[in-house]
Amino acid sequence: MPAVSKGDGMRGLAVFISDIRNCKSKEAEIKRINKELANIRSKFKGDKALDGYSKKKYVCKLLFIFLLGHDIDFGHMEAVNLLSSNKYTEKQIGYLFISVLVNSNSELIRLINNAIKNDLSSRNPTFMCLALHCIANVGSREMAEAFAGEIPRILVAGDTMDSVKQSAALCLLRLYKASPDLVLMGEWTSRVVHLLNDQHMGVVTAAISLITCLSSKNPDEFKTCVSLAVSRLSRIVSSASTDLQDYTYYFVPAPWLSCKLLRLLQCYPPPEDGAVKGRLVECLETILNKAQEPPKSKKVQHSNAKNAILFEAISLIIHYDSEPNLLVRACNQLGQFLQHRETNLRYLALESMCTLASSEFSHEAVKTHIETVINALKTERDVSVRQRAADLLYAMCDRSNAKQIVAEMLSYLETADYSIREEMVLKVAILAEKYAVDYSWYVDTILNLIRIAGDYVSEEVWYRVIQIVINRDDVQGYAAKTVFEALQAPACHENMVKVGGYILGEFGNLIAGDPRSSPLVQFNLLHSKFHLCSVPTRALLLSAYIKFINLFPETKATIQEVLRSDSQIRNSDVELQQRAVEYLKLSSIASTDVLATVLEEMPPFPERESSILAKLKKKKGPGAVSVELEDGKERGELNGGGDRGGEAAIAASNASTPSPSADLLGLRSAAPVSGAAPSAGSLLVDVFSEAGPAASSAGVNDDGFLSSAPPSAASEDPAPPLPESDELLNKFVCKNNGVLFENQLLQIGIKSEYRQNLGRMYLFYGNKTSVQFVSFSTTVSCPGELQSQLNVQTKTVEPLVEGGAQVQQVINIECLTDFIDAPLLNIKFRYGGALQNISLKLPVTINKFFQPTEMAAADFFQRWKQLSQPQQEAQKIFKASHGMDTEVLKAKLLGLGTALLENVDPNPENYVCAGVIQTKAQQVGCLLRLEPNAQAQMYRLTLRSSKDTVSQRVCDLLAEQF
Amino acid sequence: MIGGLFIYNHKGEVLISRVYRDDIGRNAVDAFRVNVIHARQQVRSPVTNIARTSFFHVKRSNIWLAAVTKQNVNAAMVFEFLYKMCDVMTAYFGKISEENIKNNFVLIYELLDEILDFGYPQNSETGALKTFITQTGIKSQSKEEQSQITSQVTGQIGWRREGIKYRRNELFLDVLESVNLLMSPQGQVLSAHVSGRVVMKSYLSGMPECKFGMNDKIVIDKQGKGGASEEAAGKSGGGGGKQSIAIDDCTFHQCVRLSKFDAERSISFIPPDGECELMRYRTTKDIILPFRVIPLVREVGRTKLEVKVVIKSNFKPSLLAQKIEVRIPTPLNTSGVQVICMKGKAKYKASENAIVWKIKRMAGMKESQISAEIELLPTNDKKKWARPPISMNFEVPFAPSGLKVRYLKVFEPKLNYSDHDVIKWVRYIGRSGIYETRC
Repeated sequence: MPAVSKGDGMRGLAVFISDIRNCKSKEAEIKRINKELANIRSKFKGDKALDGYSKKKYVCKLLFIFLLGHDIDFGHMEAVNLLSSNKYTEKQIGYLFISVLVNSNSELIRLINNAIKNDLSSRNPTFMCLALHCIANVGSREMAEAFAGEIPRILVAGDTMDSVKQSAALCLLRLYKASPDLVLMGEWTSRVVHLLNDQHMGVVTAAISLITCLSSKNPDEFKTCVSLAVSRLSRIVSSASTDLQDYTYYFVPAPWLSCKLLRLLQCYPPPEDGAVKGRLVECLETILNKAQEPPKSKKVQHSNAKNAILFEAISLIIHYDSEPNLLVRACNQLGQFLQHRETNLRYLALESMCTLASSEFSHEAVKTHIETVINALKTERDVSVRQRAADLLYAMCDRSNAKQIVAEMLSYLETADYSIREEMVLKVAILAEKYAVDYSWYVDTILNLIRIAGDYVSEEVWYRVIQIVINRDDVQGYAAKTVFEALQAPACHENMVKVGGYILGEFGNLIAGDPRSSPLVQFNLLHSKFHLCSVPTRALLLSAYIKFINLFPETKATIQEVLRSDSQIRNSDVELQQRAVEYLKLSSIASTDVLATVLEEMPPFPERESSILAKLKKKKGPGAVSVELEDGKERGELNGGGDRGGEAAIAASNASTPSPSADLLGLRSAAPVSGAAPSAGSLLVDVFSEAGPAASSAGVNDDGFLSSAPPSAASEDPAPPLPESDELLNKFVCKNNGVLFENQLLQIGIKSEYRQNLGRMYLFYGNKTSVQFVSFSTTVSCPGELQSQLNVQTKTVEPLVEGGAQVQQVINIECLTDFIDAPLLNIKFRYGGALQNISLKLPVTINKFFQPTEMAAADFFQRWKQLSQPQQEAQKIFKASHGMDTEVLKAKLLGLGTALLENVDPNPENYVCAGVIQTKAQQVGCLLRLEPNAQAQMYRLTLRSSKDTVSQRVCDLLAEQF
Repeated sequence: MIGGLFIYNHKGEVLISRVYRDDIGRNAVDAFRVNVIHARQQVRSPVTNIARTSFFHVKRSNIWLAAVTKQNVNAAMVFEFLYKMCDVMTAYFGKISEENIKNNFVLIYELLDEILDFGYPQNSETGALKTFITQTGIKSQSKEEQSQITSQVTGQIGWRREGIKYRRNELFLDVLESVNLLMSPQGQVLSAHVSGRVVMKSYLSGMPECKFGMNDKIVIDKQGKGGASEEAAGKSGGGGGKQSIAIDDCTFHQCVRLSKFDAERSISFIPPDGECELMRYRTTKDIILPFRVIPLVREVGRTKLEVKVVIKSNFKPSLLAQKIEVRIPTPLNTSGVQVICMKGKAKYKASENAIVWKIKRMAGMKESQISAEIELLPTNDKKKWARPPISMNFEVPFAPSGLKVRYLKVFEPKLNYSDHDVIKWVRYIGRSGIYETRC
């Protein structure tokens, strides 16, 4: 402590501290401190006047006690008193106490601020510095409010001492970082920039920190600093090591200042002024030249300082990315470092090279070092360096060296550190896909990957293989063969089984000709892995089995036997059990034709950006911005697009990637299909009677996508309604209650009742997760002219939906006049931070406002004839898509809302209905005739009503139902 | 089982390190030092788990004793052992201090070898240990002596050797109790209990069979019903009309035959030679509280506090309480204290943030008073003073639980002395445990 050296060393303090240090135990220390505190309290008691020295001494003791970890709740006043002393040591202790133990007592703050103001306006530079340090140390908002206006003035005033300027610049920087809104530079800007020209290097160093921070926020205002910084830099770079005396560090002139200048320049694009640019390039060249010179000292500080400048210069060169010459030189320089003894240097070189690799000018130059990098990957002892080497390999990979690099990475994977394996796997998968010319190579690589590091292969990777295999006819046979061979290993990874199950299920027939891989052999091979796998894999295998039945009818008996066994058909897992039961039934009931339709080969997947890339990015986290940037650049270059804004596009395209749970076979269990049926009992009935087995495959597939789409729609605007919503709508034409929508997160149930032209709908939003949904909101909108046709009122729902909870929303609907469209329901909520946006059509259709009308045969035909104008009639002849069961048909017609009139039509096979649609504006009478033809499986539906639009609409709606 | 035992000084330097099992490595020594002794926050739990290793520690003045294990051991057993270890060390070289441990470290290692075997506690009876672990170096023992030690250590009665002879058969019984109390300012008892122990010092010849009787409620009730005649023989006079007491729980020295206690609640044993703690017990009912503290605290403005405390003694006037000390806590911003007291001496101790009032002696049914004026330094802290309770220390010559020794009979069938020839002494001492009154 400098205070002690001044001859007025505080003996009491020294004794106290030595007492504390000699304490044998914590208890003894506390006793000593209590005693001292009591002593200080009695001294501070108001009635005695203390001289400055003892005040300083006691404040010092309090500070010491505080720093030992004890609470201090008095003495602030005495410390503030010390601030007004004229002695340096007393003032210093006062400020020290204030900055350590600042208290938000308003009265005290006022006093402190007063004292600081006095010191700032004094002519004494030491006092000014003390005050500035105190402001910076506290750095609170109050301080900023009080002094943010004052400090810039001190900073640029002509008569301010250099040391004060330094402190003022740093103090301002601190305040700006703490509360940027309070520090307004405005008129000071240009004068602050001109501090770069200051004589005193210390002032420049301090000012440049401030300017860098300020200009990163508003670059335009500080644009002028570029030329100044360049000239300052060139002066430093060109100076001999002895010119700057105090600021030369181990023969390197002003290394800190140089680094800061280079960093400041990185905030701006390359200077436009040719002269400035020339000068800067010259500087950078000099820096690169200097790196080649033999070191002036063997001391490590010398090389550290030199390298610091060099690396900063290289980052600037990379930032500019416009000087091929410099980029190549930088790359060569880094190449030398790759084999340097220092681990840190090797690390930095690899890291910088990663960014260099993404520049088109230096990509080739980086590639020349491939051998060294591969060597580093193999022999480096430090795992972080190996990681960088792997990053660099990934970055330098292109079509010419992809095979080599992928092979190297694969072989490294076997010995790689566990912490980086998953990332390596993703990288290998991406590179293999991106640069695959020959897709059999790709398949080999990925299967190898799964074999070597199966545990680290994420779902996305194997999804991707399957997508690619399915989309490319030329590799399917090869893939099936390779997979078959890979599965023959006694122990193979579960992911391998998944890929195997899927590919053999789809393309097993391509290799079935070989007696070594006959259908039964394939099946037995797959089934030998069955009992070792987890439930999802088993489910997938069951799907593969049913596909086998389709592909190879000769395996039918064996597979049915397997499905029939108790371990499948009575499995405790619902999913497996259901699959087993359904597949068994499907295989025994359905004809070969039906089976072939249901179990058709998967259609090609829509081409889309790899989902693995997104996964890799997510893994890197926000920390590795540079790598992401490099990704973007690289893609831009290699795909020839050159747009860096492609990231958004990728994000969007990722949206269409199927969610991990989407079953690629499209044979997802029937649960989502039967979403409309709330009870599990009717599940099977629904599948087979309503949709029919043929539709189940396609429908389910859609469901798979349906469940994936909502989470992806992350935009703020209401998402476009789901493609299925029309279908959903149809489901509810003849029903008022049921499940409207369901995905992994949310289930929406619906219950509605209609009377005349009014309707009330209850929506039940069920949170299926265990996490709460926040900012949950729903809106119902009537697009277009619907607005004038329907009047919809909703009550708002609570913004929070707890996990597993259900909230209810009531919607009142009034039908003003007849309508065609359905209102849109938009649901937005946040689940685990991600915005979910779902749009659905509300099942409000015109037929809901039917009022049944009973009438006799004569009445009916009279009216029927009255409505004989051609536009009043709508007729449709269509094929039956469901069975033609009488009872089902009757139920549907009743569900429509009309009265079913018996004994009206002379033909008892036909159905006749009558009803009145109630709207606010008018009532529309409506007559209906449905003529089924059982032989041809056809229907003729005729509708007559007093309004042409109504007949057309009701006819359309109804036609979908049979 | 205990894997190892370490002894540290207050700085965390290892004085004694004895590892019994392979699963405890040297790094366990450092782990305890770093995580407990040098912990940033004071570790209050006596059991600490670090990296799947459990450390059980006790602290004696500035010395830390830590038992280490990786297994799931009975923690109570480990602590019992640690306390026994402390007792043994105290019996051998007095106070447990860094200096004493350094001076006796050969002895301590020898003891550790004897009382723990592969981590399993063995004989920790001081009397027995002293026969073969001595501080006087190796004595060439005669064959008989050696065989005697062997038979004693391995035999059924490991705590007493045969062939002890005294001219005068003498026996001392001390009933030591500590009374704990928490009382509300209005004088309501919030909690009170007595934990006591019966310490016996015997100088008896041969292998005497002893029988101990006290006014335990269960025994008295049973005898009252059965009308046993044995009572008359054991009665050594004194509190004939004294009521019986309810003992909540008790533990005995290993020499007491527990089977007999369980069956008929009689305490019979062959005592070890010299001193031993015969039993430990705890009572919570009908406790005689020797003192009543009546506090009166008045805050006069923000800068002054007036405290008045009256203590009343509540026992027979013929008895004298000793070493009375009342501790009145003061606020943390005390800047000055004036005290006036009628009796004894009172002083403000800044280091302990308390006024300490000491009275040497005080007879029963008396009253005494202290008043103090405390000046406070105004602080900008809005926190109110928490008003810790006033605590008290004392020593009284009776058992606050009401326990009485009814008899202690000695039978030695082989030697020719009878119960009447033994000289018996009984002493009661009641001390304060945590004796607090809120104010």
